[in-house]
Amino acid sequence: MTDWVHPALVFVVGALVLPLLKGRLLQVWLLVIPVAAIAAVAAMTPGEFGGFEFLGVPLLIGKVDKLSLVFAWVFTIMAFIGCVYSLHVHRPAQHVAAFLYIGSALGVVFAGDWFTLLVSWEIMAFASAYLIFASRQAPAVRAGMRYLMVHITGGVLLFGGIVLHGMETGSYLFGPLENSGGLAYTLILVSFILNAAVPPLNAWLTDAYPEATVTGAVFLSAFTTKTAVYVLIRAYPGTEILIWLGAAMALYGVIYAVLENDCRRLLAYHIVSQVGYMVVGVGIGTEMALNGTASHAFAHIFYKGLLFMGAGAVIHMTGRRKLTELGGLYRTMPWTVALYMIGAFAISAFPFFSGFVTKSMVIAAAAGDNRAAVVLMLTVASSGTFLHTGLKLPYYMFFAKDCGLRPKEPPINMLLAMGIAAVLCIGIGLWPGVLYNLLPYPVDYAPYTGAHITGSLGILMFTALGFFLFLKALDPEPTISLDTDWVYRKGARLFMWFAEKPVVRWESMVSTLSDTVIWRSLNAIARGSLKSDQNIVDAIVNGVARTALACGASVRRMQTGVVTHYAGAMIGGVLASIALYVLLRSG
Amino acid sequence: MIKRLVHFFGEGGKSTLRWRLFMASLAAIVIADFLVTRDHGDFFWDFLPGWGAGFGFLSCAAIVFISKFFGHQGGIMRDEDYYD
Repeated sequence: MTDWVHPALVFVVGALVLPLLKGRLLQVWLLVIPVAAIAAVAAMTPGEFGGFEFLGVPLLIGKVDKLSLVFAWVFTIMAFIGCVYSLHVHRPAQHVAAFLYIGSALGVVFAGDWFTLLVSWEIMAFASAYLIFASRQAPAVRAGMRYLMVHITGGVLLFGGIVLHGMETGSYLFGPLENSGGLAYTLILVSFILNAAVPPLNAWLTDAYPEATVTGAVFLSAFTTKTAVYVLIRAYPGTEILIWLGAAMALYGVIYAVLENDCRRLLAYHIVSQVGYMVVGVGIGTEMALNGTASHAFAHIFYKGLLFMGAGAVIHMTGRRKLTELGGLYRTMPWTVALYMIGAFAISAFPFFSGFVTKSMVIAAAAGDNRAAVVLMLTVASSGTFLHTGLKLPYYMFFAKDCGLRPKEPPINMLLAMGIAAVLCIGIGLWPGVLYNLLPYPVDYAPYTGAHITGSLGILMFTALGFFLFLKALDPEPTISLDTDWVYRKGARLFMWFAEKPVVRWESMVSTLSDTVIWRSLNAIARGSLKSDQNIVDAIVNGVARTALACGASVRRMQTGVVTHYAGAMIGGVLASIALYVLLRSG
Repeated sequence: MIKRLVHFFGEGGKSTLRWRLFMASLAAIVIADFLVTRDHGDFFWDFLPGWGAGFGFLSCAAIVFISKFFGHQGGIMRDEDYYD
């Protein structure tokens, strides 16, 4: 009996068996596997496991400490919630992809060396892409291809960085990177912030997540960006540039969310915004900041999952996703509204909800580091978060004008999954100590002070006042917003235009030239050589042949076949030889 | 209960009552912000009662109008068939 079971292994085994099951058995399996993974995490103790040598390089599959455990807890619990939410889906391939995706995310979380990390990273990209393709509509397939291309590029950067890093240091063990001015440091950083969706490398997320299946988007919202945050905490704590990238990112997501009409794309922009807080925490790099980042990632996974589940429930029941085509659903979907709003209060950091005890830790760490501008930027982003996810989206989706639809509440498993996430959002807010105990460093932070509560409520409720006063300006418009994916979406067209116009024109010019000038002159030369061959070379050859023939004929005439003629010729020859000899001797 | 609560926020006939409750909660928050003790703060605004309310309102206004300005004037918002 081994004392350590990698929770990723649980999901891989789960994925292998899944295609054999259907009906009730499939549903039971979907619940058993995440529970087994949670049990595996609960049984873990800090330490190093699964070390071995591969081609002389020491590798380490399982490095367990408090930081990896806090991410493993939230990943496995979210896996359970996501599986409950997708119990009604009878296409095993989607579940297989989800299991491989979660398993590989856990592979990253426990990776003790760069190669284990890289392999898990790549599996994560492919497994998650399937959740986008699985919605089977043309825009989803195109977005999935773009998603895959971007992540393959990121994987190549990471691979290059790892090889260079190994050559520089001689070690492949995963840990903090020193900025020695080498290329490895930059390549790995870029691949990490690509997966964290830091602008301008954010567009893969907001492009692809809203196209995924209803259940797939719930998994997507949880794992990719948060594994990126995890590896940033491990490798780049205290990297100054991350503070500014993170703060800009928090605002970037908020600005785009104002313009957005697609409900899940709006939420996707708020993933960008929320991950911004975590990236700021990594950049500050103090114990409090890293605690803040880890705890905010923990809370974020549940409330963002809940928000995606709420929006997904509406899409599942109505088939519509644009705010301009929704409205008035509160009449028939009150439970969905209530559960969605719990997620919205949590992301907005209302007191007694999870965001209040985690987001504020990052902001307090920035304040403790004396960074006034960052604190103000993050506070503006907090206001924007409530404005969109707590006011604009629910107002136009559930209230506002009546779109005429009267959908029922979603299937009970969807409501149940949302209920579990909602309980966690409130539970973390009410008893933050439980989460704080899981954090990598001892926590010296008290979120519930009078001034913090009234100050936060002031920011949030006066944001609401602004929302109602400026309501007309916020009406969603049937548009899309250009983001940095413009570069490769239009860039690909430019490439195709280049291939179809200048390259094809050049090709046709070359073939015309060859058909006319080159081909004709070659033909003329060939005809000329043929002529000279026939007239000169052949004439010479024929002449020589004729001469040889004539000589041959006269020689043949001399061969009479009569012995006396030959004997006469021999005697004549002997006589001639003697005469020649005598002549030469006497001379 | 949940159903009644959600319906309270949706029904047109309750809008005056909702608006009054909202205003009362805003007033309560500002008053409470003046009453709480402030023994710790990193920046000057941590000691200003009502700062959160004012900053929240201005942030909201700034986000709405600056974003929409960029969206419309900066050419970010396009027709839905832009990429087709």
